[in-house]
Amino acid sequence: MSELVLRTEAIGKYFYEPVKFRVLDDISFEVNKGEFLTMVGKSGCGKSTLLYLLSTMDTDYDGRLFIDNELVTGQSEKKLARIRNEKIGFVFQFHYLLPEFTSLKNVMLPALKLGKYSPEEIEHRAAEKLRLLDLHDIMNKPASKLSGGQQQRVAIARALINDPLIIMGDEPTGNLDSKNTAIVFDIFKMLTTEHQQTIIAVTHDNDFAKSSDRTIELQDGRLLSHKKVWGEV
Amino acid sequence: MRFSVNTQIAITHIVSRRKQTLVAALGVTVGITAFVFLNSLVLGFNRFFDNTVFKSMPHLRIFHDDEVSQPLLDPATHVVVNPRILNKGKNLINPDAVLKAVQSHSQVVAAVQWVTVNLFYTSGKSQVAGQGCGADIIQVDKMFDIRSTVVAGDMQNLKRMPNGVLLGSGVAEKLNLQVNDNITVISSLGVSKSMKIAGIFRTGNSITDKTRCYMNLSAAQTLLREGNAYVTDIYVKIKDVDHIERYDADFESLTGYTAENWKEANETYVAGAKTRAIMMRAISAAILLVAAFGIYNILNMTIMQKLNDIAILKAQGFSGKDVIKIFVTEALLMGLVGTIMGLLLATFLIRLMSRVYIGGDIGYFPIGFEPVVFVLGAIVGLLVTVGAGYIPARNAAKVDPVEIFRR
Ligand SMILES: Nc1ncnc2c1ncn2[C@@H]1O[C@H](COP(=O)(O)OP(=O)(O)OP(=O)(O)O)[C@@H](O)[C@H]1O
Ligand SMILES: [Mg+2]
Repeated sequence: MSELVLRTEAIGKYFYEPVKFRVLDDISFEVNKGEFLTMVGKSGCGKSTLLYLLSTMDTDYDGRLFIDNELVTGQSEKKLARIRNEKIGFVFQFHYLLPEFTSLKNVMLPALKLGKYSPEEIEHRAAEKLRLLDLHDIMNKPASKLSGGQQQRVAIARALINDPLIIMGDEPTGNLDSKNTAIVFDIFKMLTTEHQQTIIAVTHDNDFAKSSDRTIELQDGRLLSHKKVWGEV
Repeated sequence: MRFSVNTQIAITHIVSRRKQTLVAALGVTVGITAFVFLNSLVLGFNRFFDNTVFKSMPHLRIFHDDEVSQPLLDPATHVVVNPRILNKGKNLINPDAVLKAVQSHSQVVAAVQWVTVNLFYTSGKSQVAGQGCGADIIQVDKMFDIRSTVVAGDMQNLKRMPNGVLLGSGVAEKLNLQVNDNITVISSLGVSKSMKIAGIFRTGNSITDKTRCYMNLSAAQTLLREGNAYVTDIYVKIKDVDHIERYDADFESLTGYTAENWKEANETYVAGAKTRAIMMRAISAAILLVAAFGIYNILNMTIMQKLNDIAILKAQGFSGKDVIKIFVTEALLMGLVGTIMGLLLATFLIRLMSRVYIGGDIGYFPIGFEPVVFVLGAIVGLLVTVGAGYIPARNAAKVDPVEIFRR
């Protein structure tokens, strides 16, 4: 029996503009600890919307969300911020870093906020994460001076800094070449197998999806399948 | 020293937009400079007033006020009456007992029996009208600090000379008199007396210096053809000058006579001073308000440009409260820079103004370095900036990251 880290119960959501429509409907699924989950679906089917919801940033939905066996739905803003800080690492689709800070500082900030380690230790750990993503050279460059791909990789390093339970990515390799995509994939794989961390990644890259443990597919806001376990095919 | 994450972020924002920070800070600088300068001016004027006016005027005067005649009939009956001032005399009955009663009040610093006599100073053919003040010079000194105003001779000599007189410098100049010269004074009752000049004083108030002289109580009584129990006033100096009106009633019930404080005696001046203080405060408040708007505006602009950053921080687990802290810290830093510059500029301006010679009784511009105003200025400056920063910061805290990311 594997442990659950995330569970949704009949989650649904409306958008009201320009007209009221149900962007997500009756989404129920479970994610195990140490699982590498990918999410696919046509553009506009609601993947990003669902991911924002799972990340606790969007609270305007119906149904219930559990993270780490704890009901997240309806918690206070402060509590949700704490959950995001401690348990979730997030890689965005388009928006990445704070431009005035160096790569290193960008990676350090969530850890400084958490305050679990001393600043020296945090700096050391941040440098390590950057080295993992082959970014050691640009450590002290301001984020605004990096290429799109470099920024995305720094964002991935930042998502890892607090050793979160779950790393969520909205097309985390969307800006990367095949070599770097492979590096990121291997890191994700390593995190799930060696550190029992969980990955939930939206992707348009079929190979990327096929290499993950399991893929769930969305269509027009509904869950088409969540049983596609690639390993068993 | 190690700063919290929020402070580090605030500092980075501030440092990476130096120009805007400086503009906002300059607004505060102007506001604080105006605040400190104008308030120092008000205090300086008040101090000037205390220093010169309280050299010739008492905080409180107790005297026998005129009484108006009352009809002898029962007030219920309607009769035509013709009220008149009763001619009962203006002296205090048993002045020693009245003085004792006054001195028993805990606020009293000094109290002295006083007789004023209108007189002419004559020397040769020239005559100058003036006022003689008969009182114990040692007590008067406690009240008006006579000693510090004496420019020639010695105040103490008056004690030893029954016919001695301490003369205002203006009178002495007009009549061309020196210490130890003789002078004849003629009272309004026609009594003439030859007196000897024990000393000459200069208070800085030209009216006082050109008219007044001090003499022993007995000399004044002689000039008024009265005996040694004739006293018209008790002059009182108290501790809490600014709230003197609180004690009027105490003294009236202690003595049974009328007590008039310096505010009542100088209503025009008090009203003028009040108007001046209100005007200065209003002006400095207006300028501070403009400075606050500057901070508010620049912070609002910063937040508008940083929506994306705020969303990223929130996604990272920074709470709304953290966001407020970050931006309020930014406002505070701008305020701190602005306030420090403002205090420095105000110091410079005050230095400059205090060297400007105005002339007349005022002499140099009555403004000085007032520590209270500087402390108040620093507090007000920081409070205003934090207040002005809080409003946009609170809006920043409400930013919904999802809405930003969807763009
Ligand atoms: N703020 C909004 N108000 C109204 N409708 C919205 C809003 N944001 C997204 N939508 C709509 O909701 C649907 C789902 O959007 P979402 O961004 O989740 O799609 P997606 O699956 O992530 O697409 P992509 O693969 O292109 O990123 C789309 O039809 C979109 O037009
Ligand atoms: Mg999307």
